[in-house]
Amino acid sequence: MAKIQLNGRKVVIKPDSSIFDLLKKLKLSQKKVAIEHNGSIIQKINYKKKILKNNDKLEVVTFIGGG
Amino acid sequence: MKKDTFKVAGKFLKSRLIVGTGKYKNFSETANAVKASGADMVTVAVRRVNILDKKKPILTDYLNPKKIIFLPNTAGCYSSEEALRTLRLAREMGGWKLVKLEVLGDKKTLFPNMIETIKSTKVLVKEGFKVMVYCTDDPLLTKKLEDCGASAVMPLASPIGSGLGLQNKINISLIIKQSKVPVIVDAGIGTASDATIAMELGCDGVLINSAIANAKKPILMAKAFKDAVISGRSSFLAGRMEKNYFAIPSSPSKGLI
Repeated sequence: MAKIQLNGRKVVIKPDSSIFDLLKKLKLSQKKVAIEHNGSIIQKINYKKKILKNNDKLEVVTFIGGG
Repeated sequence: MKKDTFKVAGKFLKSRLIVGTGKYKNFSETANAVKASGADMVTVAVRRVNILDKKKPILTDYLNPKKIIFLPNTAGCYSSEEALRTLRLAREMGGWKLVKLEVLGDKKTLFPNMIETIKSTKVLVKEGFKVMVYCTDDPLLTKKLEDCGASAVMPLASPIGSGLGLQNKINISLIIKQSKVPVIVDAGIGTASDATIAMELGCDGVLINSAIANAKKPILMAKAFKDAVISGRSSFLAGRMEKNYFAIPSSPSKGLI
């Protein structure tokens, strides 16, 4: 298992999970989010390639109402 | 007569009213208000996904970015770094290069920090963004933003969410006279007539959120703003009469009995 920080919360995920796998588990459409991994923005085409490791920090954001 | 068009950052907009999507009771009300406003551009914020409640509806379930232009903002950012991070994420999310930059300087007034705003504009323009910039109503600074490559300048009418209306008509007029990019009054508009006044001064557009969302009947107020902006623009194009200190009768004196 790997412990990561997802949107500021500690989360345990399966080992060798990619960002793509995590989004699938969270039932989030990749079209509706953007992701920052350890401070770097990850392009959607790289979601399958990017494997999450222990202590990784992930920010998953979306559009909400705003002025 | 030449057709009156509104072009910002290379996009032709049908409506000169841009609306925010914050503060509504729910997304259904947001969508109905946007529809009633007739706006074809809406501002949106970038925030963390709620991973604890994934069933909670999200904005894009109600507003389709393929049908309406999303203008991601940097609300809540107090430094250039935060604003750039937010807009780079927004670009990755949907491929949008058109963004609204706002870098705040003070929690009480939400006035923009113009030093950080100018700094951010330069970086964003270099990275290929089309930047519509929330700013103070200082003509020197809006000129600076234009020189830095801003696609539109968006001076405040009064503090964000205050509803105080247009407080400095002279500065807004000076900005309108000198600007080669669209001037869109952003923030502080309280009611429909405030939008008409801004449009009569010659603003290219207005951006409204709180005045619609905080109205007792937001959908009706959205429609009121739609009409107010159209009226104000028509009035500006028609050209107002001269002001006189003394009365001038409307009926002819000739033939008076």
